[in-house]
Amino acid sequence: MSVTKNDVEYVAELARLSFTEKEKHELIGDLNSVLGYIEKLNELDTKDTDIIVNPYYIENKFREDEVEPSMELKYVLENAPQILEEYIVVPKIIE
Amino acid sequence: MELHKLKAHELKKLINSKEVKVEEVTNAFFNRIDTTDDKIGAYLYKAKEEAILNAKRLDNKLGAEGKLEGLGGVPVAIKDNISVKGMQNTCGSKILEGYISPYDATVTERIKSSNGIILGKLNMDEFAMGSSNENSAYKKVINPWKKEYVPGGSSGASAAAVAAFESPLTLGTETGGSVRQPSSFCGVVGLKPTYGRISRYGVTAFGSTLDQVGTIGRDVEDCALLTGAIAGIDKMDFTTVNTPVQDYSKSLIKDIKGKKIGIPEEYFGEGLDDKVRKCIDEAIRVLEDNGAIVKKISLPLTEYSLAAYYIISSAEASSNLARFDGIRFGHRSKDALDAIDIYTKSRSEGFGKEVKRRIMLGTYALSSGYYDAYYKKALKVRNLIKQDFAKNFEEFDILVSPTSPSTAFKFGEKTEDVLSMYLSDVYTVPVNIAGLPAISVPCGFVNGLPVGLQFIGNYFREDVLFNMAYSYEASTDWHKKSAVIE
Amino acid sequence: MVKKMEYEVVIGLEVHTELLTKTKMNCGCITEFGGQPNTHVCPVCMGLPGSLPHLNKKVVEYGIRAGLALNCSITKLGRMDRKNFFYPDTPKNYQITQDELPLCRDGHIEIELEDGSTKKIGIERIHIEEDAGKLLHTGAGTLVDFNRAGVPLAEIVSRPDMRSPKEAVKYLEMVKSILSCTGVSDCKMEEGSLRCDANVSVMEKGSNTFGIRTEIKNMNSFKALEKAINYETDRQIKALEAGEKLSQDTRRWDDTKGITTVMRSKEFANDYRYFPEGDLVTLNIDNQWIEEIRKTIPELPREKELRFVEQFQIPRYDAYVLTITMSMADFFEKTAKASDDAKSASNWLMGDISKIMKENATWVEDLKFTPEQLGELIKLINAKTISNAIGKKVIVEMFNTGKSPEIIVKEKGLIQNSDEGEILDIVRKVLDANPKSVEDFKNGKNRVLGFIVGVIMKETRGKANPQIVNKLVNEEIKKY
Repeated sequence: MSVTKNDVEYVAELARLSFTEKEKHELIGDLNSVLGYIEKLNELDTKDTDIIVNPYYIENKFREDEVEPSMELKYVLENAPQILEEYIVVPKIIE
Repeated sequence: MELHKLKAHELKKLINSKEVKVEEVTNAFFNRIDTTDDKIGAYLYKAKEEAILNAKRLDNKLGAEGKLEGLGGVPVAIKDNISVKGMQNTCGSKILEGYISPYDATVTERIKSSNGIILGKLNMDEFAMGSSNENSAYKKVINPWKKEYVPGGSSGASAAAVAAFESPLTLGTETGGSVRQPSSFCGVVGLKPTYGRISRYGVTAFGSTLDQVGTIGRDVEDCALLTGAIAGIDKMDFTTVNTPVQDYSKSLIKDIKGKKIGIPEEYFGEGLDDKVRKCIDEAIRVLEDNGAIVKKISLPLTEYSLAAYYIISSAEASSNLARFDGIRFGHRSKDALDAIDIYTKSRSEGFGKEVKRRIMLGTYALSSGYYDAYYKKALKVRNLIKQDFAKNFEEFDILVSPTSPSTAFKFGEKTEDVLSMYLSDVYTVPVNIAGLPAISVPCGFVNGLPVGLQFIGNYFREDVLFNMAYSYEASTDWHKKSAVIE
Repeated sequence: MVKKMEYEVVIGLEVHTELLTKTKMNCGCITEFGGQPNTHVCPVCMGLPGSLPHLNKKVVEYGIRAGLALNCSITKLGRMDRKNFFYPDTPKNYQITQDELPLCRDGHIEIELEDGSTKKIGIERIHIEEDAGKLLHTGAGTLVDFNRAGVPLAEIVSRPDMRSPKEAVKYLEMVKSILSCTGVSDCKMEEGSLRCDANVSVMEKGSNTFGIRTEIKNMNSFKALEKAINYETDRQIKALEAGEKLSQDTRRWDDTKGITTVMRSKEFANDYRYFPEGDLVTLNIDNQWIEEIRKTIPELPREKELRFVEQFQIPRYDAYVLTITMSMADFFEKTAKASDDAKSASNWLMGDISKIMKENATWVEDLKFTPEQLGELIKLINAKTISNAIGKKVIVEMFNTGKSPEIIVKEKGLIQNSDEGEILDIVRKVLDANPKSVEDFKNGKNRVLGFIVGVIMKETRGKANPQIVNKLVNEEIKKY
């Protein structure tokens, strides 16, 4: 599996990152290098192995449907880059 | 009496016996920080005002109640990816410049309610991605033992601050060895607890199934003191566990007679520096002298751990870091044309090179067509790695190895080749994948740079770790050595 | 002559419904609609650094309850996943949902077709997930309110078993009816607590190969659903007949223009990179819990429908309409018992009362009069104390004031006059006053009878017993 410029551009779009041509070129090299190393994992037969997500198995953790106090509006607004009254503003979205 | 040179447990004693005030101790550390941190670079934020106010409050409390339990008025400094209400939380990145956390992480709450004094926020590799603290977007951190050398990472500042006497205790975080490796490079004690032992609520996520808060101190007792104050189940973190927290003070005994130690041969292969190997071999002899039974074992999955780690951590990071978008907080690009552009511009401007690289790797590993081959495969390998360890813990109480294949390296030495930096995590990473606890203690020097000895324990057996580490420490002098800041 | 290709439409529906829990799916913020913007939020639903989700047990319970009511099997060992995409209303830029192991699978419901037969519509899966915040597009930019971010949703995906827009509407009605009956949602499409997307494709009649499908969004009523599917079916057929190739788009229904338009190309958005949510743990749902939840499910609409037919001897169609909502079914049942006349109860509710409710945009829950009072009204009519026509006036009063029919009848003096003697006098008076009509009747114009009866009813302000009036007019006019 070799990473191409198209792959880099596709992945960059998914990740909302932009790169210069030079950076893209470097990334192709870096990704190929790391992914090449990762190929090692194919030496292991995992056909009958289950995946493990949480390293220590836990099940059925829940929260009861009880109301907890919400955050004060000021904390929402003071960290926001742009606000209008109680709203956070982003540049217009074209649907 | 140079207060800043004392250990945390010594300071607690002095405070409780009224020989010294909490405010005095706090001021002593800020003085040390003022004179030293320009060279070290550990602090991104010094919380002097808040700390003094709290110190005064604790002095009053001590007067009223007669004693200060828990951390007993001792200061703690916190890695800048762990939330403290009202303070910055940059995670070593420009993308979070200006963000003030409106809430405390659970560990922060516990430090506060345990009578700890928060000195400030510590430098780190950006978003905890790195092994040298060279990836900080703010400034570099130097190894207090030799200034041309890195302190390790990503909790480089957390380890350096302790080694430089800028705080007796610090919190770091681990995803792939980021507490143990810098502790090893800086000659201090660093613990990564079992996954689920300490709450992650309020800790900026990197790899959700790998991250843990780690504790750093100048000796085992200090590390145990801090760990005991913050460990335990938290309803705000569903991945924490109901298993009771042991009283770690009871583990601080020299006796380890009959304890069985496994030495995994894969951790002593070609990549290990010969001089480091000598220190480790010597350390193992000390443990044998103290009564432990030592045996060689094999962990054949070791060589696959790094590959599995990089997929799992990068994939999870690519998702965890998606929230940094310039919309609700942090850096928003001034050039954004529309709502799509705002993401790409803000993120590209705000993130550093390594972070972008890992996000790209992680996004790729999860993307359509590659998910099974990479992420799912890595989760299966995780299962095999867990089994690998489990088999050995049936017979052994503890495993012992070097923490790192070498001592600290020079600035710029590993930044050219991406893989060489990653490979330096080879002895620490398997533990994160399996979720096991591990501790690094100083065990010698090579050319003036510290060497770290790693103990790996079974799930929720931090008590055994502290016991073994304490036993080793009690028979040696390494924890008494001090770095001289040039 | 070339035989024109006959097409069949294939429809699948994806329904999202807001679950009626007090708090959000992963945090303790309230789910209440409205409220000052950005005040029902916390670090978790705002996606602040370091926040972690806390799965609400009731959300899982309601999801299971919905699944059981829709005849699904419940997944015993499951988990939550992340769906990754960037959008301003999605604070973490991923949604916590379920991908590989949804809560419920392989269900079905039965719908009634126009010819009276029933058809099974399969349900592929039901899963639980977080809702997004709200966006307000203005000239000054887009305003974001995160109050709704994190509100729990259940997503119900049908199999592509529907073959006409009417079937789709029936399916949606039935799902809405069942879900609101279980109490997991109030299913109000106009308020957005029930949302529906349609997947539409066409294929040659008799074929087994489905065509290219498009997804239609933004249908906010049952009518819109029907119109949109009709439009899209036509559009696809026309395109195919013109030799065009269809593409798998997402399209937006424009109710004002009556057309679907392609939404902004979301090709990259389709790579959602689903992977397990590591901040939450395995869901191990045992039989005991499932059975406990099953016990909380009340009698479902279809069961109720069949029971109404059996118990109250009303027609199937009536029973179907009356069980569309729980509240209506309940109202009917109580009225039937109070009046001992289920057919009348049914007629009143399906007829006049439904009309008044629609005119006044009122729900059954908000009616001012009670089922017992409606029962009284029916009894009054059956006892001939008032006529049916008067009854229609009384019900309007009952709707407006909530007063009992007896009080209204007394206050307005509406008691039916069944005094034959009195009525006879009036009959004779009217006949005397209308010699032309009598003449017309003698000449065979029977219509005149209706006119005479009308005049008498007007004279008596509707209170004369119409049957007696009719009888006496018929008898008396012959004597002239």
